[in-house]
Amino acid sequence: MMRYLVKRLLYAVPILLGVNLLTFALFFVVNTPDDMARLQLGAKRVTPEAIARWKTEHGYDEPLFYNARAAGLGKVVDTLFARKSVAMFMFDFGRSDDGRDIGREIRTRMWPSLAIAVPVFAIGLATNISFALLMIFFRGTYLDWAGLALCIVLMSISGLFYIIAGQFFIAKLWHLLPISGYSGGIHALRFILLPVLVSIVAGLGSGARWYRTIFQEEIGKDYVRTARAKGLSEVRVLFGHVLRNGLIPILTGAVAVLPLLFLGSLLTESFFGIPGLGSYTVDAIQAQDFAIVRAMVFLGSLLYIVGLMLTDVSYALADPRVRLG
Amino acid sequence: MSLPFRPVILWTDGLLFVLLATIAALAFWMARSPQWRKPWARVGASPVAVACLVVLACYALVAVLDSLHYRARLPDTRAGQPAQYSDSVRSVFDALTPDLWRQPEETYSAPLAAHLFVRQPETLPDGQVVRVYPRLRIAAGGRIPGQRWRDIGRRVLLGVAAGLAMVGVCAWLLAWRCGRAGARAWLAAAARGRAGWPVRTLLGSLAVVFVLVAVTAALAPAYHVLGTDKVGQDVLYLTLKSIRTGLLIGTLTTLVTLPLAIFLGIAAGYFGGWVDDAIQYLYTVLNSIPAVLLIAAAVLMAQVYIETHGQMFDTNAARADFRLLFLCLILGVTNWTSLARLLRGETLKIRSLEYIEAARVFGVGHGRILLRHVLPNVFHIVLISTVMDFSTLVLAEAVLSYVGVGVDPLTYSWGNMINAARLELAREPVVWWQIAAAFVFMSTLVLAANLLADVVRDAFDPRRGGG
Repeated sequence: MMRYLVKRLLYAVPILLGVNLLTFALFFVVNTPDDMARLQLGAKRVTPEAIARWKTEHGYDEPLFYNARAAGLGKVVDTLFARKSVAMFMFDFGRSDDGRDIGREIRTRMWPSLAIAVPVFAIGLATNISFALLMIFFRGTYLDWAGLALCIVLMSISGLFYIIAGQFFIAKLWHLLPISGYSGGIHALRFILLPVLVSIVAGLGSGARWYRTIFQEEIGKDYVRTARAKGLSEVRVLFGHVLRNGLIPILTGAVAVLPLLFLGSLLTESFFGIPGLGSYTVDAIQAQDFAIVRAMVFLGSLLYIVGLMLTDVSYALADPRVRLG
Repeated sequence: MSLPFRPVILWTDGLLFVLLATIAALAFWMARSPQWRKPWARVGASPVAVACLVVLACYALVAVLDSLHYRARLPDTRAGQPAQYSDSVRSVFDALTPDLWRQPEETYSAPLAAHLFVRQPETLPDGQVVRVYPRLRIAAGGRIPGQRWRDIGRRVLLGVAAGLAMVGVCAWLLAWRCGRAGARAWLAAAARGRAGWPVRTLLGSLAVVFVLVAVTAALAPAYHVLGTDKVGQDVLYLTLKSIRTGLLIGTLTTLVTLPLAIFLGIAAGYFGGWVDDAIQYLYTVLNSIPAVLLIAAAVLMAQVYIETHGQMFDTNAARADFRLLFLCLILGVTNWTSLARLLRGETLKIRSLEYIEAARVFGVGHGRILLRHVLPNVFHIVLISTVMDFSTLVLAEAVLSYVGVGVDPLTYSWGNMINAARLELAREPVVWWQIAAAFVFMSTLVLAANLLADVVRDAFDPRRGGG
C-alpha cells in the first residue's frame, strides 16, 4: 500500500509539471506580457515606458524561457518560467491586480465555499441514491418510467434556471430566505439554505439517472439471482446486496470529487453572493486578473490529482478484491 | 451587372457546411451496410426518437438558413460605379423574417401587447407633459384598440387552420409515396398504428410544429409574439437567432473532438507501449485542469489576441464569429479526453481478437487494420458519445456566457439573453418573457437531444440488448 502511494505521488509530479507548462504557455507564450499590459492599460495610454512599468510591477519583466544576459545557471533560472513555476510549487501565488495576497485570500475564502459544497455533496449524494433506489425498486412499472422521464427533463434544464427560479420564487415572491449574501457564524445557515437546496435539485436529474444505471447493471448479475433463490425479500436483496455492491463505483467516483469541493461552485457562489473561491474565480475572470486565474488552475489540478489518488485508495478499501501493488 | 447581394462565408458557416457534407457522406456509407442500417431502423421505429428528430430538424433548418450570410447592395449605387455593399451581415433567415427585426420598439413590451411596458413622457397639444404607455410602432395604425383580442383570436384560428392544412398535405404526400396498396388503405393502416413505423407520432409532432409556425407567422406582422427586450428588439427574433449559436457550439466542437479522440484513443489502445504512455499522460494533464478554468484561460487569451489584432476582422460579425469558432475549438480540446479513454479501452479489447490477428498474419499493414478492422468496430462508441455530448455543450454555452468567457456579447445566444434578462426579474412588475423564451427554446432543444441520445444509445450499444 505504502509503495503504491509513493509510486502514485511520484507519478503526480510529471503531471503537475505538464499542467504548469500548459498554463504557462496559455498565459505567457500565446500572448506575451506586453499584450497583457496593453490590454490592462487600455489602448490610449500605451507607451513603452508604461508597459515596462506594468511588467515590473507585476513581476513579468524577465525573458520567458531563456535569459541571454544572465551568466551560468542564471540563463535558465532568471526567467519567467522558472520563477513562476517555482513560486507555484512553493504555494506562493503572488499578488492579485488589486495588490492582495492571493494565498491568504484562498485560505479565507475556502471556508464559505466548503460551507456550501459539503452539504450539497453529502445531501445530494444521499438524495440521488435514494431516488435511484426507488426507481429500481419500482423497475419496469410506470413509476420507474415516470421517474426516468423526470430525470431527463430535470437534466435538460439549464442550471441557471434553477438558480434564477429559486431566487425568484423562494426569496423574492415568498420571502422565505434571503436572495443572496453571506455572514459568518451561525447566521450563515440562513444564507446557505437556498443555494444548497437549488444545487441539490439541479444535480438530481443526471445524478439519479447515472446511479440508476449502475444499480440496474448490478441487479442483472448472478449473485442477485442467488440471493432471490435463497428466498430473500426484494427489499433485503435491494439494500443488502445491490446497494452494497453498487455503492463501490458510486463512492469511489464520489471520492474523486471530494478534494475539488474546496474550489466551490462558480455559478452558485457568484449568483448567491457567497464570498468563496468560486465567486473569486468568476470575479477574476471578469476582471481579467491573470495571476488569480493561474493560481486557481494550478490549485484545481493539484486537487484533481489528489482526488485520483484517493479514488485508488478507496477502491482498495471498499472492494476486497482489489489489491494495490 | 452586379448581384443585389454579396455572399459572405464566415468561418463557422464554412465549417458547418463541411460538417453537413461529412454527415451526408457518413449517412451514405451507413445506408449501404446492413450492420448500420439495423440499429438506425430501430431508432426510426421509436416514437420518441421520431418526435425528437422532428424537433431537431426544425432547429437545424433555422440554423442552416441563418448560416447563409450575405451583405446587401446599397440602393444608392450609381450606374457604372462599383457596387457598394452594406456593412451589416444578414442571413437568409433574416430575409425570410423581416417582420421580426424591421421595426424595433422603444423598450420593453409584453407578449402580444399593444402598448409599451413602461410609461414614457409625452407632450399634449396644450403643452402639458404626461406619462403614458405609448402605442407600439408595430402595426400601430391598423388596429382598433378595443378589438385586440378579437384580432388575435382571428389570427390564431387562421394559423391553426393553415398549420393543419399543411399537415394534411404532408400526410397525403406520405401516403402517396409509401402506400403500395393505395394511399387510402395505407392512411387507414397508419391511423391504427400498423404502418410499421411511428407515422402517427411523425404527423402529430409535425402538426404541433406547423401549427406553432403558422400561428406565429399570422401574428408576427402585427404583434411581438414574445414581447420585446430592453432596447426594443423582438424576443422571438433573438431566441430564433440564438439557435444557430447553440447548434454550432454543439456540433462544430465535434469537428475538433472526433479527430483527436479517434486518432489518439485508437493509437493508444492499438500500439500500447510508449505511445500509450505518452497519450495517457497528455489526457491526464488536460483532464486535471478544471474544464471551466481551462476554457476561461483560453478565452481570456483569445480576447487579448482579438484586441491586439483588430485589423484582421473587417466586420463586427467576423469578430464575433472568430470568438465563437475559438470557443468551439477550446471546448473540443477540453472535451476529447473522455471519448479517447473509452476508445482506448475498446481498442485494447479488440486488438487481441482473432480477426485482427488473422489480418496481421496475412500481412495487412497497421494503417489498413486500423481503418478497416478497428475503426468500424468502435464507431458505435463515437456515435453514442457525440450525440450525448451535444446537449451538455448547448447547456455549457449559457453558463460560460454568464461567467463572461462564452460567445461575444454581440452574438445572439441564449446565454447572453439570460444574462441580460436576469437582472430584470428584480423589476416590479416583472419582465419575465425574455428569460422564459430563452429557457423554453434551450430546454426544448436539449430535451429532444437527450431523449434522442437515449434511444440512439439503446439501439447501438451491444450490451443493451441491441447488437
